[in-house]
Amino acid sequence: MGELRLMKGNEAIAEAFIREGVDAYYGYPITPQSEVMEYLTAERPEKRTGMVVLQAESELAAINMVYGAACTGKKVVTSSSSPGISLMQEGISYIAGSEVPCVLLNVVRGGPGLGDIQPAQSDYFQSVKGGGHGDYRQIVLAPSSVQDMYDHVSLAFELAFKYRILVLIQSDGLIGQMMEKVEIGEQKPRLTNEEIKAKYDTWALTGRTPGREHNIVTSLELDQAKQEQFNIHLQNKYKEIAENEVLYEEMEVEDADYILVAYGSSSRICRKAVNLAREKGLKVGLLRPITLWPFPEKRIAELAKRVKGMLSVEMSAGQMVEDVRLAVNGKIKVEHFGRYGGMIHTPEEVLEALETKIIGG
Amino acid sequence: MAKVRGAIVVDVERCKGCDLCVHVCPTDVIRLAKEVNGKGYHFAYMENPEACTGCVNCATVCPDTVITVYRMKIPA
Amino acid sequence: MADIKIEDIIKSENLVFKKTKLFTDKPLSYCPGCGHGVAHRLILEVIEEMGIESETIGVAPVGCSVLAYEFMNIDMAQAPHGRAPAMATGIKRVYPEKYVFTYQGDGDLAAIGTSETIHACNRGDNMTIIFINNGIYGMTGGQMAPTTLEGMVSSTTPFGRDVELMGHPIKMTELVAQLPGTCYVARHAVHTPSAVRKAKKAIRKAFEKQKEKKGLSFVEIVSNCNSGWKMTPVDANKWMEEHMFPYYPLGEIKEI
Repeated sequence: MGELRLMKGNEAIAEAFIREGVDAYYGYPITPQSEVMEYLTAERPEKRTGMVVLQAESELAAINMVYGAACTGKKVVTSSSSPGISLMQEGISYIAGSEVPCVLLNVVRGGPGLGDIQPAQSDYFQSVKGGGHGDYRQIVLAPSSVQDMYDHVSLAFELAFKYRILVLIQSDGLIGQMMEKVEIGEQKPRLTNEEIKAKYDTWALTGRTPGREHNIVTSLELDQAKQEQFNIHLQNKYKEIAENEVLYEEMEVEDADYILVAYGSSSRICRKAVNLAREKGLKVGLLRPITLWPFPEKRIAELAKRVKGMLSVEMSAGQMVEDVRLAVNGKIKVEHFGRYGGMIHTPEEVLEALETKIIGG
Repeated sequence: MAKVRGAIVVDVERCKGCDLCVHVCPTDVIRLAKEVNGKGYHFAYMENPEACTGCVNCATVCPDTVITVYRMKIPA
Repeated sequence: MADIKIEDIIKSENLVFKKTKLFTDKPLSYCPGCGHGVAHRLILEVIEEMGIESETIGVAPVGCSVLAYEFMNIDMAQAPHGRAPAMATGIKRVYPEKYVFTYQGDGDLAAIGTSETIHACNRGDNMTIIFINNGIYGMTGGQMAPTTLEGMVSSTTPFGRDVELMGHPIKMTELVAQLPGTCYVARHAVHTPSAVRKAKKAIRKAFEKQKEKKGLSFVEIVSNCNSGWKMTPVDANKWMEEHMFPYYPLGEIKEI
């Protein structure tokens, strides 16, 4: 067992960035995730591992610093919260269009606009359906605990480099701010420049190695036939990811008549709601998507063959529910319940919504 | 005193006929051809090759680096 | 002397100028007479002369030079419009021992990318910005740039730039020279042989400053856009001397 610490989610993920051997963090302060950069700067990662931490002049600059470093094969990360992630969408689209690996953290807060600084899950559409322009996807991981915040960093970088894709860790203000026990892993070494060249010299900007042609990282292809071919290549990659990288967790689904579908903070509340339901004799289970994209649609479709209804419980006005309905494809009743704008539902409210919207509805 | 002779070689197919080299040549060596290259440009050529000193002015301002310059000293 | 044939002169031992090998084989996409080609060449010649082609990473902008990476045989990225300095910062910070440069036009650097430019300069990121100022948006068809001169006609100022309406042309180079993070700031041109030689010296100095780790080096090249200005290349260069240079005077502005 590794070292145990009591940490905020935002601190745990910052520690994970250092221990993962990340080369650079470029960010801009925004509530409720400013602890990430505060923790990093206080920890002196430039001394611990040689990791670069730089406060950019805007989220726009931060994501483009990430884009630049990602072009070189270095491990690079940024973090922000909803309005800042909106500002980053330009860079996110370019990153998708030029296929470079990097990791983002969105500690979601209430919106739209400046909204508020309380936890929300109303950025699901932006993250999963594509907030920027063009036909692209990004892998979206949804931690539901401080431990997940820590553990998802390693997973995110593994996926980012495996597929040369942006991986977004979609948290929320609750998980970012709350403190929990977290098991800290070993320090991984940062790759040396020589190791990066050896691994990624086919595409990364490491300085033109004698004997090879120059590497170019661009999202531009003016020949529309070639651009279509590139898009087909991207879609094939996304298909491969969708087939191989779906992650979810289940609780008491084996005998369930009804399923709650919830991720992140909402899934924590739903665990309690499942217990309350079981106490009342209702056979209720929980499916927690860990990857929001790729979405566990096959599993949901399977469950739809034998359960009576599903309730998508989100801290939003109903976003993931659309994907649940697509997966269920009309076989059973699917409804949404959730509080939003920074409000969080109680387990009792979830149970009541299940009873009125699904069981009695 | 040794004299200097120069010569230029123009990459005809890459010349865009912008005329800049013609105007910077101090010895009035270069002209644009009446004929055109594959792209339809009137390319540069040495009209008065004997006057070329290989001063490199033309190549220095050529935006497409289509001019290669040679120079040799001629014993007096 | 009359018996010297051209074939006698065109021999490898007499070679005094040839294209740098750091150009790729792709023909430049620029209009005839455009200054971009010379600016590209000077950067590549400097990189070749310094022997740093394996140690250099460039960032191309959005604009006419969006395809700069196609022509320069060095590792390069293409930035979102105006974001090249941020990308270059991201690269330089993880590869402090490499030479990193951006190549940006006036729309890219002085309009949409003003923030990224100012802050990279102010941080003193140890890299080089090459800024091509031709007072117009060439790529999109000759619209007004932030550097378009007062009264200058463009496709979005068909009656000339009205400073009451559009504000004044911005002098980015003087502006960044004010910032403590810049170590070398100069403005040059590439329209005559002597101007080209000075511009090359400036670019060389800018790259050498990276070796000295003194901060951000910034070289503006005042250039023509004969297509956008609707002039012949020769006339455009003359117009540039008469109109651009008085407002954008050439010379060394700052060196630390």
